[in-house]
Amino acid sequence: MKVEAVVNKSFHDWFLQFKGLNIEIFFKDVTDKDITDVLSAKEKSIEQFLTLLSPIAEKYLEDMAQTANKLTVQNFGKTIHLYTPIYISNYCVNNCIYCGFNLNSKIKRKKLTLEEVAEEAKFIGSTGLRHILVLTGESREETPLPYIKDCIKILKKKFTSISIEIYALKGREYEELIKIGVDGLTIYQEVYDKHIYDQVHLSGPKKDYLFRLEAPERALSKGMRCANIGALLGLNDWRKEVFMLGIHAKYLQDNFTDAEISISIPRIRKNASRFEPVCDVTDINVAQIVVALRIFLPRVGITLSTRESPEFRENLIPLGITRISAGSTTVVGGHTIYEGGGKSPEQFEILDERGVNEIKVMLESKGYQPVLKDWVSL
Amino acid sequence: MKDSLIIGGKTITNRLFVGTGKFENKKIIKNVLDESKAEVVTVALRRIDMESKKENILDYIPKHCILMTNTSGARNAKEAIRIARLARAAGCGNWIKIEVISDNKYLFPDNYETLKATEVLSKEGFVVFPYVNPDLIISRQLEKSGAAAVMPLGSPIGTNRGLRTKEIVRIIVKELTIPVIVDAGIGKPSEAAECMELGCGAVLVNTAIATADNPVGMAEAFSKAVEAGRIAYLSGLAISLDRARASSPLTGFLRSNES
Repeated sequence: MKVEAVVNKSFHDWFLQFKGLNIEIFFKDVTDKDITDVLSAKEKSIEQFLTLLSPIAEKYLEDMAQTANKLTVQNFGKTIHLYTPIYISNYCVNNCIYCGFNLNSKIKRKKLTLEEVAEEAKFIGSTGLRHILVLTGESREETPLPYIKDCIKILKKKFTSISIEIYALKGREYEELIKIGVDGLTIYQEVYDKHIYDQVHLSGPKKDYLFRLEAPERALSKGMRCANIGALLGLNDWRKEVFMLGIHAKYLQDNFTDAEISISIPRIRKNASRFEPVCDVTDINVAQIVVALRIFLPRVGITLSTRESPEFRENLIPLGITRISAGSTTVVGGHTIYEGGGKSPEQFEILDERGVNEIKVMLESKGYQPVLKDWVSL
Repeated sequence: MKDSLIIGGKTITNRLFVGTGKFENKKIIKNVLDESKAEVVTVALRRIDMESKKENILDYIPKHCILMTNTSGARNAKEAIRIARLARAAGCGNWIKIEVISDNKYLFPDNYETLKATEVLSKEGFVVFPYVNPDLIISRQLEKSGAAAVMPLGSPIGTNRGLRTKEIVRIIVKELTIPVIVDAGIGKPSEAAECMELGCGAVLVNTAIATADNPVGMAEAFSKAVEAGRIAYLSGLAISLDRARASSPLTGFLRSNES
């Protein structure tokens, strides 16, 4: 496989070179020796990354895991970063068929007042966490940028690192958020296959595939420190999606050398949309994904959310995970306001409901230092 | 033999400097520092949480240690300068290790931005330790700008591959009057000894200690290796020749004429 260098090209234009690649045919030719060769190679090529995603590579999962574990400890030490999400609104104009917040969901809509944001911030801050991820649905009317900025200014008082997982913005809008102290962007393409993307995003601004795909580039080119990208597993053959996700991360790493790039690999969970995953992604598959990504991109962060069960999360950590969420809720105001009372609905089901302290104890017992603060407000 | 390193008005006996990232828990950091008797410790300001009662890493650093705050996370001189000022304002003292990384894939320091930050911070009264890619010209400029020492990498950070930059570090040691401290890439105590035999002022180690099965034991081993290397340097290493001396010398006839 001949790969063109990334020179002055957007990710979309660069990845077009892989359009003719037939992954099924490629996998047919992968031999046992190819896998062992990859594991002993110093630098891993894009072709070798694909080799690690092949069905035959599953046989070598333990060898891959040993390599991945060493690379992770070497690059990140025995530490795991903690953060928690704060949902500030669930109003949404998009019709994404897999999401509990989609516009047709008959759920109670809620947007936090600034006082409520402060209350949530106070509670989350008291757990010791200094990294927060701000989430909203997409509604320029209910949650316009000035509202989001007001929320961030409040959060800034309690947190040293603020990431956003909101609707895709224009470059100058990212610039405005960076100016007031946002340092991280989380945005998932959900599905890299353009055709499937079109089928699962029925209407709304999110239907614009390219505008979403290029959001990380727009933010990083304005000076965003960190970008976390992801694919929602279950919408397409995971091997194809993870291949695209991996080369997207590589593209960002090569083009924005001073940025910290991370990857998420969420599996579709039960929610109000009642959507059933189209493709199966087993626990073994997830393990193969984590180790393949770690071996291909030793310096890239891998984030694991509370969508996975406590036991599975703990077992995945040594394979290459660097960041996990703790004390999570996907409910708007879920940290304080709805506790014990009438809950607003979740975006998706959470399987690991442990609080920050429990997660800290678990990490320490497994020989990992929980890192609650890893940035300063400049 | 009384032999101390004097930097920024402080007298340092133990030439092993210890980094605090990557440890599996903070209590081990304290044990490592106690057992190795390290005197200089580097901590990233980004990891210090002054507001936390339970999570403040500074609580695990013995009082006798000198804190060298580092600017980890800075992408350019401007950010490094800002972090240094915040560190001093937070009560972390005025020893600052400048770490400017604009390449997250290999974590190479950005020499140009590091020099700019050194110029500014030296003037502001900081004791500045710039972490650099070994280069004689930059090292001279850093010395001129008021750096307290220069800290060239031995090999890429975290790789434990040893003193791969030996030829260049040797020249920097010879040419500079300020101490040269090898920082990054040292994986084994023998490699730390090698740095000291060359005449380096100190060695900074983090990954090799933090990720060892027994970090406390490894710290002790490093401390002893650094000391051994230093004594060897002061004692004057015997010259090693790369070939045997010929028993029938070609210039022997010149001497036979003398008799």
